[in-house]
Amino acid sequence: MTEHVVIVGGGTGGTVLANDLADRLEPELDAGDVEVTLINDDPDHVYKPVWLYVPFGQREPDDGRRALDELVDDAIDLRIDRVSGIDTESQRLRFGGSGQSMEYDRLVLATGSTLEPDQIPGLAAGGHDYYSESGATALRDELLSFTEGEIVLSVIGTPHMCPAAPLEFVFMADDWFRERGLREDVEVTYTYPIQRVHGNPHIAEWARPIMDERDINVETFFNAESVDPDAETITSMEGTELDYDLLVSIPPHGGVDLIEDAGLGDDGWVDVDKHTLEAEAAESVYALGDTANTGVPNAGSVAHYQAGVVGRRLASEIRGRPATATYDGKTLCFIETGMDAASFVEFDYETPPSPAPPSEKLHWSKLAYNESYWLTARGLL
Amino acid sequence: MTDIEPDATVDARGAACPGPLMDLIGNVRSAESGDVIRLLSDTDQSLTDVPEWAEEAGNELLGVEELDDHNAFYVEKA
Repeated sequence: MTEHVVIVGGGTGGTVLANDLADRLEPELDAGDVEVTLINDDPDHVYKPVWLYVPFGQREPDDGRRALDELVDDAIDLRIDRVSGIDTESQRLRFGGSGQSMEYDRLVLATGSTLEPDQIPGLAAGGHDYYSESGATALRDELLSFTEGEIVLSVIGTPHMCPAAPLEFVFMADDWFRERGLREDVEVTYTYPIQRVHGNPHIAEWARPIMDERDINVETFFNAESVDPDAETITSMEGTELDYDLLVSIPPHGGVDLIEDAGLGDDGWVDVDKHTLEAEAAESVYALGDTANTGVPNAGSVAHYQAGVVGRRLASEIRGRPATATYDGKTLCFIETGMDAASFVEFDYETPPSPAPPSEKLHWSKLAYNESYWLTARGLL
Repeated sequence: MTDIEPDATVDARGAACPGPLMDLIGNVRSAESGDVIRLLSDTDQSLTDVPEWAEEAGNELLGVEELDDHNAFYVEKA
C-alpha cells in the first residue's frame, strides 16, 4: 500500500519540506511505497523578505517569485489548487473549485499567514504596508516621492510575519532620509502594542537606545483602534491619536479559515506540541512555520528548521521507527539597522537573543543570504 | 476562588512573554464595553504587564487570582 503524505502550502516551510522528503525518502518514493503531494493555490513560490526593500526602490516584487515546479523535486506531485476543507476523522481534504477530494495518511499544514486589515476601520483606505506585493509597490509609489512630513509605522497585528521587519523599516527609513539630506523634514514615529518596542525583551532593550539616538519617536502601549483616512489620524485603544502624512502599518494577521473549521486551533493557527510539531487535536497531522502555534517568531528561518524536524519525524514514522527529532525553538534573523548595516540574532526556547553589533558585513550577509535563499527552497542549504 | 463571572476566558498558559498580554489585548479589542475577560497566564511577567496595560488603556483590573501553577486576571473593558 502506498502511504500518502500531503503538504498544504508552498511557502518556505512546505517547499523546504517537500524537497527534504524527496531526498530523505528517495528509496520509498522510487519504489512507489510513498507518495508526497504538495498543494499550493499559486503556481509561484513567494519569498516575502524581498518586500522590505521594494518601498525603497531597491528590489522588485518579481525578485521574490519563482515557479514552484522549478523549485520542487520531480519526485513530488505538485497540485495547484485551493484546499477548502479538512476532515481529520476520515483523513480527507476537500478542494473548493472542483469539488474533488483527496485522502491522506499523513498531513502537514503550512498554510501561513494572511493579512486582515479590515479588522481596523479605515486601515485599508488610510494605511500602507510592505507585507504584500501590492502593498509594497503602493508604498513605494508614496515613499519615493516623500520629502517632508510625518511617517508613522504602527505595529497593529501580533503575531505577525518577521517580527524584526518593523524595526528594520524605521531604521532603514531614518538612514535613507538622512543620506538624502531630508531627515530634518521627516518625522518618523514607531508604535508598538505593549510597553516596549519589541515583543522580545532582549531585542527591545537593544533597539530602544538606537531609536532614541536616531530621533525615531516611540509610542508604546499603542493598539490601533481606527484610522481616519480623511483627517490622516490613527487612534489607539488607549486613547492616543497620532497625525500622519504616510501611515505604514503591520496589519492584523490571521491564518486560513480551514484550520479553525477543522477544529485544529483558533484564528488559523494550529495548536501543536511545540517540540514535536504534532497537532494536539488530530492524529497524523503536523503544522509548521507561521501555522504552528509555538510562540516562536513567524519567520522563514523557523519554517526552514521546523521543516527539517518534520521531515525526519515523517521518515521515521514511515519506516516504522520511533520519531525522535524535535524542534528546539531555533530562530535566526538578520536585522537591518540602516541602508548599509545590520545586526544578527540567533535564539531558541532556552537561550535568549543577544543582538550582534551592527556592521556592514552583516548587512551584506543578509543580502547574500536573500540571494541564496533559492538554494534553501530547493532543500540544498 | 473569586466570584467574578467572566464573559470570556483567554487561556494563554504556555505562551511565552508577551503572548499572554497580546492575547488579552486581542480579546479586549473584540469585546463589548463592560465585558469581563479572564486571562490565564503562567508567566510572571504578566503580573506587571497586565496591570500596566489595563491602567494605560483605562480598563479595570478587577482582580488577580493566584492558582496552583498560574494566575487568573479579570479585566473589565471600559
